[in-house]
This record gives sequence, structure tokens and C-alpha cells, in this order.
Amino acid sequence: MKDSSTAIPTSADVPPRRKRVNPTVKLLKRNWDLYLLLLPALLYIVILHYVPLYGVQIAFRDYNPWDGILGSPWVGLENFKRFFSSAQFWSLLGNTMALSVYSLIASFPIPIVFALLLNQCASKKFGKATQMISYMPHFISVVVLVGIINVMFQARGGLVNILLSRLLGFQDPILFLSHSKYFRHLYVWSGVWQNTGWSSIIYIASLSSVSPEIHEAAIVDGASKLQRIRYVDFPSILPTAVILFIMNMGKFLSVGFEKVYLMQNDANLQVSEIISTYTYKIGILSAQYSYSSAVGLFNNVINFTLLMVVNRISGKITGSSLW
Amino acid sequence: MPQTSAAVASKSNRVHLTRSDLIFDICVYIILGIFSLIVAYPLYFVVTASISDPVAINSGQTLLLPKGVNLDTYRAIFNEKRIWTGYRNTIIYTLLGTALSLFCKIPAGYALSRKDLPGAGIIMKLMVFTMYFSGGLIPTYLVVKGLGLVNKPAVMVILGCVSVYDIIITRSFFVSNIPQEMLEAAHLDGCSNLHFFTSIVIPLSGAIIAVIALYSAVGYWNGFFNALIYLSKQEYFPLQLIIRDLLLVSQAMASSTDGDPHAVQAALRLAETMKYGIIIVCSVPMLILYPFIQRFFVKGVMIGGIKG
Repeated sequence: MKDSSTAIPTSADVPPRRKRVNPTVKLLKRNWDLYLLLLPALLYIVILHYVPLYGVQIAFRDYNPWDGILGSPWVGLENFKRFFSSAQFWSLLGNTMALSVYSLIASFPIPIVFALLLNQCASKKFGKATQMISYMPHFISVVVLVGIINVMFQARGGLVNILLSRLLGFQDPILFLSHSKYFRHLYVWSGVWQNTGWSSIIYIASLSSVSPEIHEAAIVDGASKLQRIRYVDFPSILPTAVILFIMNMGKFLSVGFEKVYLMQNDANLQVSEIISTYTYKIGILSAQYSYSSAVGLFNNVINFTLLMVVNRISGKITGSSLW
Repeated sequence: MPQTSAAVASKSNRVHLTRSDLIFDICVYIILGIFSLIVAYPLYFVVTASISDPVAINSGQTLLLPKGVNLDTYRAIFNEKRIWTGYRNTIIYTLLGTALSLFCKIPAGYALSRKDLPGAGIIMKLMVFTMYFSGGLIPTYLVVKGLGLVNKPAVMVILGCVSVYDIIITRSFFVSNIPQEMLEAAHLDGCSNLHFFTSIVIPLSGAIIAVIALYSAVGYWNGFFNALIYLSKQEYFPLQLIIRDLLLVSQAMASSTDGDPHAVQAALRLAETMKYGIIIVCSVPMLILYPFIQRFFVKGVMIGGIKG
């Protein structure tokens, strides 16, 4: 800072040599090269995210590649009507929501509980080891995860069936993989298995930032460990939990395509066909571009609306919101 | 009630744990122990099964230690040419993709961390929007097709090289780690932004470069979706797509030995244990690196967590 800013400028001090430059223009002049740093990422975002947003209009057209996007005839909501009145609509929506709600209920609270317990663990070494083990499955690819699910739960020689017969004396193996009723449980709990440790990191971090004095004060006041968790630890991670909950809501209907698709087989298709796998099949495999886009767009609009609603509600009630 | 709390204080200031707290501690150990076991044991079982005799696995004799140790599985896997092709492709995609990711994400994160960049707020909003709303599968597919990338190996490198989440992490890192005074001093010395970035910022950002490089590398290594959508030529398939064929659509291998029923039986059994082996073979790089790199991942979550 120059010292001239402290002196009161009079019109005599400041000679009107130049017109006052707009500060933005000045910054643009000085920082134009920062846009170069931004360019690669920006190009990618524009080409692979915003151009497709323009292309979304094929959901309202009868797209064919020869006429291009603008040349294809406009059909309005025809594709959406077809989807809503199709036989699969309710089952797709139901399957997607069932998987999503079940996942959320199971996989949201467990990392919080895990973090709270880990934080209470008296032995540092034991805690560290547990934590390290718990992250491990996060780095396994979806393909390998589904491979592991298959070998663990297969009827012949699968670990789970071996344990069931050895420890609990089950006579016949349970056909986990070829019964549709097991599909959702396998999907959700394998997700819990894979991600609990990883999702807990953020909670563990915010727990470790709780000042020890609060805990000491609570001990002095005679609070038991459970009470300290309830009244000290839990409130300290609540804002983080709320934010993560909102972000999860934004993915409400976008249940991971990859895992469901890989877990699908003829036996479980009636519960495992969800919107994203359906979009893939009709879009990529049978090339019904417009119809598939309409289904995908429906999915995205629901997601985005839910995100906005939950975010608004949360902002009002808890004061934590995404933006 | 000051007097009661003081009374309790004098009682519990002694190191003795109350009985309920002791029980609580024991419960914590037990729950965490069981949890670790549930996470680690299936992985351990896969390892022992992959080197055991198939008959022993099926009768449950490999629960604790491998039985009938042999390396037939691995021999069979390494004879499978597709695995090698997949490995080679994945390594190439991962290396190039990670380099491209760094080239896109780190500079973008830095530029957006600068408060004196006009429009940074709007650009950030435009980027974050794409995290929550996308054109969807088909419109994206048509764009990629329009770019002529379908069935080109380049698609595996380019797609996914920008992740808004990673850019946000990078930006948070720069906001809290590059002091404003440093920039002002550099500007006074007539240093341009680009020069400042390459000669001052980059050397100070080893941690974030490591985090982003590893995030990207794991993403490329494990990536499956883009290959499924955009590639149909076997020779370009990454490892994940190959092992999906071998793990989930298998049985094809066993049928190659025709005639002798004994041979068919043996081949079928081998196909079963091969699944365990394949799981190991394609997770090996991660398993070896895991102890060294996990702290960087955790660090990434922490940096990202600051912003929420």
C-alpha cells in the first residue's frame, strides 16, 4: 500500500492525467495469464459438460444422426409420455428408490458411529490399525468388488455358505446370487463394507478438532463416556453430517450404474433394473437416443430438485447448506 | 449446580474409570475388532484361496491357512494373453491420464484460488453446477462421438481428466497455503503470474500434487464405465474390462479343453480358483502401494473437508 491512501486527496494533489481505470479492467490486464492456467479445465468442462447440456434437447426431438440435433423433428414431451406410460416405469422408479433409500439408511449413519467409537478407543495403536484396515476396500475397483461378492456368496465353495454350514449347521447352501430377494442386501451391505472406513475420515477429522478442554470439563462434571459422545462429540460432527446428507440427496436417483450393472443377472433383473442401467441399455445397446435421453433427463431433474429442496430446508433449520 | 459438580469432580479426578466406562471401553474394543475382522477377513480368504487346491476350498479347509499350496492358478492367469494386454493398456491409460489430470486440475485450482481473478466466482459456480446436473449418458456419448473419440484409446485418457471435486480440493489447498504477501512481493518484483505459478507455487505444492495424482491414478486404474461405453475393440480394453469378462462372464475358458471329462473337470475347477487369483493379480499394485499412499488420500479428504 502506498502512503498516499492515508492522505486526504485533494483535487490539486491528484493531477487528472488519466481517466480512472475500471478496477476490473486493471485486474484483467494484470491477470490475463491466469486464464491460461484455467483454460484446459475450462475447455473440458465446456465441451464435455455444457455441450451435452445443449444436446439434451434431443429428449424433446425424434433424433436421428443424419439430420443432426437441430434437424431432427420436435416432438415435445412425446418421449417422456412414452416413458411414464411404459410398463417398466413404476418398477424402474421403485427399484431405483428402494436401492437408494436402503443405501442411504445403512451407509449414512454407520460411518458416524464408527468414527465416534474410534474416537473413544483408548489405545492409539489399536485405533490406528483399525482405521488403516477400514480404508483398504475403498481402493478396490467395482469390477473386483463384484467379483469378490460373487466368490464369497456363490453356492459351491463360497465363504459365506461354508461358514453357514460349518458354524450354524445349514444343510443346503443358500443361493444368494440367483435369488432376487438377496440382491438389495448384497448391494447395500457390500457398499457398507467397502466405504464405511473411508466415509468416516471426515468425521474423525472433525472429532479430533474438538478441544480437549471441553471433554475435561465434561469429565469434571461427571459425564460418562456415553454422555460425552452424546453431548460433546455428536454435536461437533453434526454440521459435517448435514452437508454430506445434502450431497447424498443430490445423488438420490443416481444409484451407481457400474455396480448394479455388474451385479445384474437374469435371476435378479426384476429388482436390479434401475433407471441408469435402463438408460444404458436402451441408449447405447439399442440406440434409441431420444428416448434414453428423456429417461436420463427425468432422472437428473428429480435429483437436482431434491438437492435444491433439501438444501433449502437444511439451510433454514440447521443453518448448514451447500451454498 | 456448582456444588454437585465440584463433588463429582473430586471423585473422578482420580484416574479410576467408573464401571460403566470400563464396560464401555471393552465394548468399543470388541466392536472395532469385529469390524476389522469383517473388513479384512474376506480379503485374506481370497489370498489363501488363490493358492489352494480347489477341492480344499470347496470343503472349507482353507478358512485359516491355505491348503495344498500350488501356483497353478497364477500360471494359468499369466498364460492368459488378454490379462497382459489389459495390464499394458491400463498402465498406459493411467500414466497418461494422471499426467493430463495434473496439467488440468492443478493450474485451474490455482487460478480459481486467486481472489483477484475477475469472474472466478462465476466460473466456480459453473463448474460446481456440473457436479449436480449433467446432460446424461446419451448427450455426452453423442459429443464424444462427434469428437471422433469412440473406439480410440485416447478416450480413456481424456475422459475424466477434469474433476470439479479435485479442483475444489486444489483450490482450498492454495487458498490456505500460498500467502498473499508472497504474491504481492512477486508482483512488486515484476514477476508475472505464470512465472510465479511455475517457480514459486509449484515447488510449494508437493502435497497437493501427490494427492491429486493419486486420486486420478486410482480413478484411471479402476475405471470401467468409459471403457464399457466407448470401446469395443478388444485390443484397447483396459484391465477392468478384461477381468470383468474373466470374473463375471467366465466359463468360456473351461470349455476350451474338449473331450476328456477329467480334463474338463480339472479345467472347471481351475476356472473357479482363477477367480481368486484374478482378484489378487489386478489388485496387487494397489495392495503394494496402499500402505505408502494411504496418508495422502486421507490428507486429500482433510483438505477437501475444510470447504465442506
